[in-house]
Parts: sequence; C-alpha cells; structure tokens
Amino acid sequence: MTPLRRQRAATVLFVLAGAGVTLAVAMLALEQDINLFYPPEQVVSGEAPIGKRIRAGGMVAAGSVAHDDTGLGVSFVVTDYQGSEFRVDYEGLLPGLFGEGEGVLVAGQLRADGVFEAEEVLAKHDENYMPPEVADMMAATGEQP
Amino acid sequence: MGKATEWFRRTFHRMGSPRWFFAGSRGWMLGLYLVGGALIAIGSAWGLGFAPTDRLQGDSYRILYVHVPAAHLAEAVYVAIAIAGAVHLVWRMKMADLAIAAAAPVGMTLTAAALATGYIWGIPTWGTGWVWDARTTSMLVLLFLYFGLIALRQAVPRADRAALAVSVLAIVGVVNIPIIKYSVDWFTTLHQPASIRIGERPSIDPSMLWPLAVNALGYYLFLVGVVIAALRAKIIEREAKADWVRTWVQAR
Repeated sequence: MTPLRRQRAATVLFVLAGAGVTLAVAMLALEQDINLFYPPEQVVSGEAPIGKRIRAGGMVAAGSVAHDDTGLGVSFVVTDYQGSEFRVDYEGLLPGLFGEGEGVLVAGQLRADGVFEAEEVLAKHDENYMPPEVADMMAATGEQP
Repeated sequence: MGKATEWFRRTFHRMGSPRWFFAGSRGWMLGLYLVGGALIAIGSAWGLGFAPTDRLQGDSYRILYVHVPAAHLAEAVYVAIAIAGAVHLVWRMKMADLAIAAAAPVGMTLTAAALATGYIWGIPTWGTGWVWDARTTSMLVLLFLYFGLIALRQAVPRADRAALAVSVLAIVGVVNIPIIKYSVDWFTTLHQPASIRIGERPSIDPSMLWPLAVNALGYYLFLVGVVIAALRAKIIEREAKADWVRTWVQAR
C-alpha cells in the first residue's frame, strides 16, 4: 500500500471504530428502553413500574389458564420457570398460538397487588420448529422441545 | 511473493477494470441464474409442498422459506456494500462504487421483502404484524440505510463526490448489522432467537431445515446473478463514451 492509501485505510478504520463506539455507548445507556418487555423477575421484584402502561413477558404456566363465566375474561400465570411468576387478567381475544407452556407477551398495567391487567396479549413464538410427530415422540420420551 | 498473493493481486486489479469485468461476467451471470433458479424451484417446491407442518404454527411457518433467505441476504448485501465502500475510499476504485450502486436496490428490495413477510407471519403467530422491538426496528433502520444509499447518490450531482459520500455512509451504516443479528440475544424482543447457530444443533427439525438450506443457497446464487446484471448495466451507463462500449453497442 502506498502511504496515501495507508492513510485512507486508517481513516476508514477510525470512522468505523468511532461509529461503533458511539453506538455501543448509546445502546448501553438505553438498554432498558430498547428491551421490549419486563421479564417475570423484574415484575415481581418491583423494578417494573406500577400503574403505567408497560409490557411484560414470559411463559404461560401449565394448568394456570382459567376462563371466566362471561366468556371473554381469562386469567393465567406468567412464569420464568425460575421461581418468579405473576398473574395476568385479560378480557379479549387470545392469539391462535397462545397456550400453556408457550411464550407470551402482555401489554397493560401492573396493579399494586401484583396482578397484571392486560389490554393486549401476544404470543411469543420460540425458535423451535418441528413436525407434530416429532413433538409427540419427544413428549413420549419426556424430552423438552 | 507467493503464487496465491500474485493471483489475488491480478484478480483485484482486473476486477477494477469495467471492461474486463463486462467481458467476463456474462457467463457467470447466466450460470448463477440457472443454478440459483433451479435451487429455488427445488427448495420452494420441497418447502411449500413436502416439508411437514409445524406442531404449533401449522402451515403458516412456511413463509420462512422466503423470509429467512431474504433477511439473511439483505444483511449480507449490506456487508458487501460496506466492504466495497472501504475499497472505494482507500483505492478510489470506480468498480467498487458501481458495485454499490448496483447492489443497493437489490438489498433494499430484500429488506422490504423480509419486513413484509415478517409482518404477514406475525399476524397469525404473534397476534400482531408489527411491534417495535429491537429486531424489527433495526431491520427497519436497514431499509432506511438502503434508501439513504440510493437517495444520497442522486442528491449529489458530481459522480465522484457522490461516490465518496455513499462510501462513507455505507461504512458507517455497517454497525447496524451486528445489532440486527444480536438484537434477539442482547435485548428482550418479541422476535424469537435464531434457530440456526454455528456450532450448535439447529432447533429447527432437519425435515424443515433441508429445503430451507437449498432455498437459501439458491437465493444467494440467483441474487449474486442479479447484482452482476445490474452492475453490467451500470458499467454501460458510466462508460457510455468509451470506445469499447461503442464497439459493443454497434456489434449488437
């Protein structure tokens, strides 16, 4: 490389490093805002604000989904399988992929008594793709998908 | 100097010559169209018609046979554009700039396709088409970067100045690529983490993965062919006054 080109290459690397560092600092500072939802641990620990519109997410605990008599009302427990869980109350249509043991994202308000009043429920699909037969086989052998 | 280095040097210099590239690239383009097109046909028929349904999503998961290759390529094309931008800034190679001009609309289209297919898949799966999480938002930023690359070139009247500005934007914008890739690991998002990771067992069943692999390879080859075709058009446009272009036009 000629000295001129070496100098230009250094400038290119400098610009790239500058842009990278700027962005990394910005992302570290904004991490909590970039996160889309509060995991159960933060909802339980009180890190999630009460009475403000927020999103929370986790897994729907097995056996926790209960529909009320009026039809559209439903409540369920969201867990991280590591000891943190909270109850969600919701009135409305559930997405097709909503189910026990599946991921869920709820938007609404956390009440002071720790119950999450959801205005919107979204299903969070995980990264597992498998045919039903394989899922049945795994269930039969007790393996987690 | 070793033989390999010498070969690389010669190829690098030749690639810098629009005339050499134009003369040698037609066969490559047609070959890539043929092989890529065949692989897409096989992969799509296999994925859409023969791969099993998903245990939860049923048939709607099949949109990944378009979504995943489009999203992956959209990022890969941007990385290639950034490398071309660096080459242009250091060596002032005209071909590198022409390559950016040729690839940007292709990358933009792929990004739009990835966003559109993601939206369509999101409605039955998530219950919403769009959510402002880190993955979808950084992908939208990529679309705007592609808009920027195209608009900036048109906004600067002098071609050499425009080329420098576009190269700088291309390099700065590449910091968005690791964010897209790792957004699902660094932040909480609605978009799921990657199913295919280097060094790990894929979390997508082999019966669904194989058609995806065939399709992805097909998309890669075919779209490199498309970029070459666009680059050939750019060469003719930029070198319109050169003797060899006139000769070529008259010969047709």
